[in-house]
Amino acid sequence: MNIVVCLKQILDPEIPARDFSVDTEKLEARQGSASLVTNIFCENALETALQFRERSGGAKITVLSYGPASAEDSLRKGLAMKADAAALVLNESDTNPDPLRVAQVLAAAIKKLGIPDLIMLGRESGDWGVGQTGGLLAEELGLPCLSFVDHIETVAGQLLLKRQTESGWEQFEAKPPVVVTITNNEYNVPRIPKVRDVMSSYRQPLETWRPEDLGIAAETTNQYYEVVELFVPVKETSCEFAQGDSLNERVEAFAQRIVAVINTL
Amino acid sequence: MNDVVITFLSTTFDKAAQGLAGEGRRLADSLGVRLHAVVVGKPEADFTANLSRVADKLVFVDQSELSLYQPETYLTALTQLFQTLSANTLLLGNDTYSQELAPRLAHRLGGSAVGDAVALRVVDDKFLVTRQVYGGKAQAVIELKRRPAVVWLRARAFSPTSPRDVQGEISQLTLALQPDTRTRLIEQKREEQGEVRLEEARVIVSGGRGIGGPEPFESELKPLAELMGAQMAASRAACDAGWVLPTWQVGQTGKKVSPDLYLAIAITGASQHMAGISEAKTIAAINTDPDAPIFKHSRFGIVEDYRKVVPLLREKLSELRK
Repeated sequence: MNIVVCLKQILDPEIPARDFSVDTEKLEARQGSASLVTNIFCENALETALQFRERSGGAKITVLSYGPASAEDSLRKGLAMKADAAALVLNESDTNPDPLRVAQVLAAAIKKLGIPDLIMLGRESGDWGVGQTGGLLAEELGLPCLSFVDHIETVAGQLLLKRQTESGWEQFEAKPPVVVTITNNEYNVPRIPKVRDVMSSYRQPLETWRPEDLGIAAETTNQYYEVVELFVPVKETSCEFAQGDSLNERVEAFAQRIVAVINTL
Repeated sequence: MNDVVITFLSTTFDKAAQGLAGEGRRLADSLGVRLHAVVVGKPEADFTANLSRVADKLVFVDQSELSLYQPETYLTALTQLFQTLSANTLLLGNDTYSQELAPRLAHRLGGSAVGDAVALRVVDDKFLVTRQVYGGKAQAVIELKRRPAVVWLRARAFSPTSPRDVQGEISQLTLALQPDTRTRLIEQKREEQGEVRLEEARVIVSGGRGIGGPEPFESELKPLAELMGAQMAASRAACDAGWVLPTWQVGQTGKKVSPDLYLAIAITGASQHMAGISEAKTIAAINTDPDAPIFKHSRFGIVEDYRKVVPLLREKLSELRK
């Protein structure tokens, strides 16, 4: 079984709000003190793929990214986590490619790699959080798609996909090839690669293409959507801390505030 | 015509559905076009009565091929349905299926999609959608460059509209569908969770990493929630630890909720979490750390270990609520 896992490198979304600012000209976040990390859902996807390989007794996992040269770090980490191969499509011009552009580039790269049985992506990214790349990629490739999957098994040549819904879960049978987007659960927390594997990941081959190599225009204006405004909303909330000489008094004050709100409902 | 279509994949006229209908109506009115409601499923009396006072035309599609949600078949059905209407805007709700279908539907229709919208407007023929980005730390306005504009709306971010005096015209449609079995739903499970969807809840009691394990959710938070008439929820950390069901997760990647009161217990308030509660009217917090970000978003709070506060709080609430 061949698996492609798409990885996106983003600014660390865990930085505190006070260290976060936006560039209103370029319409993107300033890097500031944030480091570059692999989007967590992409890592959940890779972890799900690795566990699937371990359980099913074999699969070739290729990690693929479309991004700037620094995205190589995400791919190297993927290799250190024990993906088998890596490929990068360099984005040297587009700062904010829209999700259709991303899907078209990934589709072209996947065709070049050869259509795998399973294409896995994170359900959304921690930066723009748009959650469309998986669905659009499936359409570009003419493949079926299932979102919010958190567990994959194989039974008699079919894939068994378990996915989360708003109210519970659903199980699907799927005939490969299929595109799935992965969400987090308690079992697909990404593993920490061993130091030795991190070292050796830098000696492994890594395919690098430019969009032109895939028959895609290098520079393009966004055809799907454009971010036209980006701002940090001003929120003024001052917290009233429950006061009192004893815990009892403080909880009493807190309880009264709660009841005051509930009574207005 | 440039009509507006609202799509319902379930037939409950809850707050989210009312908001979807209301926003569809306002958008159609502002553009001077008609509002079509497309409903997949059985036309239930209540739902139909409510919706027919909002939309100009209602189309019900209820056929065996669509009795279960099969993604590929649904996608084909909605693509066909939309093509029978002369519309260029398609609004959906925030349910799992709508979220999943929106981008693919846009692709098939040659349009553009965006989701989790909290505001919509059309200015000089530009379709503009406001949504949160960067885990709720920022807001973006996104211009959709192709038509139709396919947008799913955040639950309860849009207000209902008052019913009109005129009745919308109701019709049934049967589509010619070839079942697409490349993916096939074989099992479906609803987890136990209150009577209303978390997105609809007016009061929420939520626990985080600081709760420390699954037991206190049951022994401490649950009785508190019952006293407050609240639904229970949790942060991503608590869900990832396996302490509670994933369906309880609130945050950027969990549910986006908009209760009147959100009580955050032992939740630090990372932006990932805050992105899920930005529409909450009042946030209150119990946390040991006075510098926890959650307090920056809270109207009121108490700095103390929840293990000491919650039992006492239950006592006080039962006294006060008598």
